[in-house]
Amino acid sequence: MSELLLELSGVHTHIGQYHILQGVDLAVPKGGLTVLLGRNGAGKTTTLRTIMGLWQASAGSVRFEGRDIAAVKTPDIAQAGIAYVPESMAIFSDLTVRENLYLAARQGEMDEKRLDWIFGFFPALKKFWNYPAGNLSGGQKQMVAIARAIVEPRKLILIDEPTKGLAPAIIQGMIAAFKELKATDTTILLVEQNFNFVRSLGDTVAVMDDGRVVHAGTMAELSEDRDLQQKLLGLSMDAHQ
Amino acid sequence: MLKSILSGDFPRSRILSIMLVLTFIGLAVAPFMLSGARPLNTAATICIFIVLVASYDLLLGYTGIVSFAHTMFYGIGAYGVGLALDAMGPSWWAVFTGLASALALALVLALMIGLFSLRVRAIFYAMITLAVASAFAILASQLSDFTGGEDGKTFKVPEILSPGFKLIEAEIFGRSIDGKLLTYYLVFTACLLLFLFMLRVVNSPFGRVLQAIRENDFRAEALGYRTVVYRTLANCLAALIAALAGALMALWLRYVGPKTFLSFEVMTDILLIVVIGGMGTLYGAVVGAALFIFAQNYLQSLMAEASEALAGVPILAQAVHPDRWMLWLGILFVLSVYFFPTGIVGKLRNRK
Repeated sequence: MSELLLELSGVHTHIGQYHILQGVDLAVPKGGLTVLLGRNGAGKTTTLRTIMGLWQASAGSVRFEGRDIAAVKTPDIAQAGIAYVPESMAIFSDLTVRENLYLAARQGEMDEKRLDWIFGFFPALKKFWNYPAGNLSGGQKQMVAIARAIVEPRKLILIDEPTKGLAPAIIQGMIAAFKELKATDTTILLVEQNFNFVRSLGDTVAVMDDGRVVHAGTMAELSEDRDLQQKLLGLSMDAHQ
Repeated sequence: MLKSILSGDFPRSRILSIMLVLTFIGLAVAPFMLSGARPLNTAATICIFIVLVASYDLLLGYTGIVSFAHTMFYGIGAYGVGLALDAMGPSWWAVFTGLASALALALVLALMIGLFSLRVRAIFYAMITLAVASAFAILASQLSDFTGGEDGKTFKVPEILSPGFKLIEAEIFGRSIDGKLLTYYLVFTACLLLFLFMLRVVNSPFGRVLQAIRENDFRAEALGYRTVVYRTLANCLAALIAALAGALMALWLRYVGPKTFLSFEVMTDILLIVVIGGMGTLYGAVVGAALFIFAQNYLQSLMAEASEALAGVPILAQAVHPDRWMLWLGILFVLSVYFFPTGIVGKLRNRK
């Protein structure tokens, strides 16, 4: 088994009176793409937000590179090398594309080579470089959000449903982008409901239900086992062909 | 050159550019174009309110902080200089001592308010600032031996700034070069530099982080920015600039008093100007302050003339009677907010 970059053990998270995460155990191996699957309301987004410190875990541990970050503040978690791409095209709409990316470049300047690499799979960003990000289309906004997370090398990128509401053509571009990212040995934890989108990308997979991880294994194993898909996700691969 | 001066933040509207250029020229040549104390007083007030409102826009428009303590910082600057000049006599040493003390007090208070209350929800922060500002205004009124109470204090300014001082005997463009003129240009230059400084701040990486916080503080935190620190810094910066504006106003008026510097009326004026000019656009402070202060000073006179002209018309003559100038000012605000929901600058920039 490869070295773990992130490990959640018995994580509970309450939001107000609601007990959302009810003992999440999750292992994210270093250098791979782990997919977090599950139906709506299973606790996937809350898991990402708990890792990021946006919701405080009420119990359990979140270990990143062996250090428990469950009680660490969000900015310190980001400084430790974790980037977060929230769902719903989370960009700063009043700022330009350049300014959005600049915010994530904590050294105060952006590496030209890395920018060219990003423009390679998100060419629209170059075209709209000095445009207000709020004026872009949904797909372009999602590109800005992802580009912001990778404008500097990160140890771990948390991405929440990047294909939600996007056209198939844009999703294809997204797949190419994630393949590029994977090639750089970046560790990614990807929340997604579109199984067809992630089955060619994921190395490992965890399935959540009712605030717990109910299955963890390799993506190859889940892709091949239709009974398991039916049991865990209530779908068959055929339905997504 | 111009790009560097404006920190790359151009007006982005032809009409707005014309309005800004006209305002700049108007304020720059006001002492030579207008005779009498009132027009010059209006011009100086516009200069100072541009800075005061722009500094408030750093909070409200750029960082999304609603504060009611801005007049308190304005008052601290004014009282610092005024009381120092009153106690130490009319010298530059007194001005700098008063200013330094005022800035230090403003910084400490802004830091304390920021660190204690910027962690809480916006509405609680607004309430806390309102409470602190009210307490400070009451304190200024109650400590009458020290502050002059409700009447305030008049004081002498350094000789070069006093109206009786003449730099040269000869007149230039029909205007004597006296202390009042020098004070005006001190105010004008200081305000111009402070405004350009604020333009630099909002267009710096720091300014971008403030805008990101305004838009979504969770996202800004997820990028590694400590939002409380940035909000507190913005609060301190705005407080220091408001204190400087207050000091300039005190030098101009040679008077400090609670109604002029600490009243809630001044706070509502600032809020109205920010909204009318356009939040999150420093140029909005220029346009808003110029229109508002001008209306405040001249609407009554204009209405008096209109009332005279309409003397024979029964209802109209009464409607535009100068005593009703506040009513018409209110109607103008309502109309401007209705027709310019993003402020005048926002509307002009979004024109196709």
